[in-house]
Amino acid sequence: MNGDNAANDQQVAIPRWLLAELTYRCPQQCPYCSNPTDYVNQLDSELSTDEWKRVLTEARQLGAVQLGFSGGEPCVRQDLEQLVAYGRQLGYYTNLITSGMGLSEQRIIALKARGLDHIQISFEASSEQLNNRLGGCDSFQHKIAMARAVKANGYPMVLNIVLHRHNIDDIEAILHFAKSLEADFVELANTQYYGWAFTNRDNLIPSQRQLANAEAVTDRFRAQHAGKMKVYFVVPDYYEDRPKRCANGWGTTFIAVTPSGEVLPCQNAKVIPGFDIPHVSQHSLEWIWRESMLFNHYRGTDWMQEPCRSCDEKWQDLGGCRCQAFLLTGDASATDPVCAKSTRRSTVIRLVDEEGPQTPLVFRNSQNSRALIKNGREFK
Amino acid sequence: MIDATTILRIRPGFRLQWEDAQQAHILLYPEGMVKLNPSAAAILLRCDGLRSIDDIVVELKTEFPDVSDLANDVYEFLAVAIEKGWVDSER
Ligand code: SF4
Ligand code: SF4
Repeated sequence: MNGDNAANDQQVAIPRWLLAELTYRCPQQCPYCSNPTDYVNQLDSELSTDEWKRVLTEARQLGAVQLGFSGGEPCVRQDLEQLVAYGRQLGYYTNLITSGMGLSEQRIIALKARGLDHIQISFEASSEQLNNRLGGCDSFQHKIAMARAVKANGYPMVLNIVLHRHNIDDIEAILHFAKSLEADFVELANTQYYGWAFTNRDNLIPSQRQLANAEAVTDRFRAQHAGKMKVYFVVPDYYEDRPKRCANGWGTTFIAVTPSGEVLPCQNAKVIPGFDIPHVSQHSLEWIWRESMLFNHYRGTDWMQEPCRSCDEKWQDLGGCRCQAFLLTGDASATDPVCAKSTRRSTVIRLVDEEGPQTPLVFRNSQNSRALIKNGREFK
Repeated sequence: MIDATTILRIRPGFRLQWEDAQQAHILLYPEGMVKLNPSAAAILLRCDGLRSIDDIVVELKTEFPDVSDLANDVYEFLAVAIEKGWVDSER
């Protein structure tokens, strides 16, 4: 057997993953949303059903086999069932990544009949009050009902909770909550600081103490409740001394398509300035994957500067995340400053060590999106 | 624990399929996948909720008569597969 990660194979650069961000519309307003803060400008330019079908076909021909429907809230799209059926017929493993809003038991059943393989429901917290406050809508009871319906209809049940300063201390309650819903997998995903999360970073980032405590509680829970529920704890890489690969390696694994049809090597890559963003209406996915400047620029290691260029670990992490390098240093070709070898490591340390100022959280909604665009912060 | 009579199946919600692009069988599951080498695939393809482990060993011995210690390999692999949650037994 060859480990958990089929994509470590360098010689075959075929995509394995297509992330279809069907829409930026969403009834929730999570302040840690990774969508672009200027999403309001893109609400009216969503791809049609037929355009999505073509994208699915072309990506499958290239070799993609995991298909994620996300957003925004993908359930807002009334053609979700059609797209699921189409994707499944093409041989994809189909994943629906949802807040649960827009789902109903009938839809869960209909999606199953069309071949949907898996539904991941996100909760904001394990208490109704905090969940509803963070998500910006009264979603808690509905999510619980949907999680139960997912389970009852024979899907693997995956719960996702994004962790940050305001809920990470409740980790024990979150784990028991997940267990009470009979989750098969629980993803405790620490916030990744892109999009709205980047805007709100100083008021989301947990302290070292909070993080260490959460990890210890998770380990204890795993030891005591070993059994069917698998718990993944994704550490934010700000706290590590080596960066993570960018989308498992830029242009090696992943294709993300935005609601309006822009094609990206990871869903955050638009923050990096200076590229013509390829679009599905202008090029085939094959051309975009193989030929476009955007996909080729950070492939491999030729683009690297020091210290990455002469580093013996460069094939392991490929210099880390390009978006993070850009967001933290202003230079997308820099060593990811999470790396202890980076001369800009201090910018990360400062974030983790200091309690940020208690600015109010900026919720993800159209009004705030317009305000951020006006203030010239559309790409942060 | 597993023994010769244990009947395993691919865990519900997981999917085993041949991928032309990767020239391999792969096991697909929520947000992930694993590429299988031919022997792993030969075993997992037979975890169909009908065959016992003993049936699988007998079949593979006929198909691959030159492999020594095949039974041992099958048990070792299946122990890992169970641990990873790729297969389970209905009972
Ligand atoms: S993170 Fe929250 S606001 Fe953003 S798309 Fe998901 S549910 Fe909607
Ligand atoms: S210097 Fe660059 S290649 Fe080396 S470990 Fe750090 S990020 Fe990775």
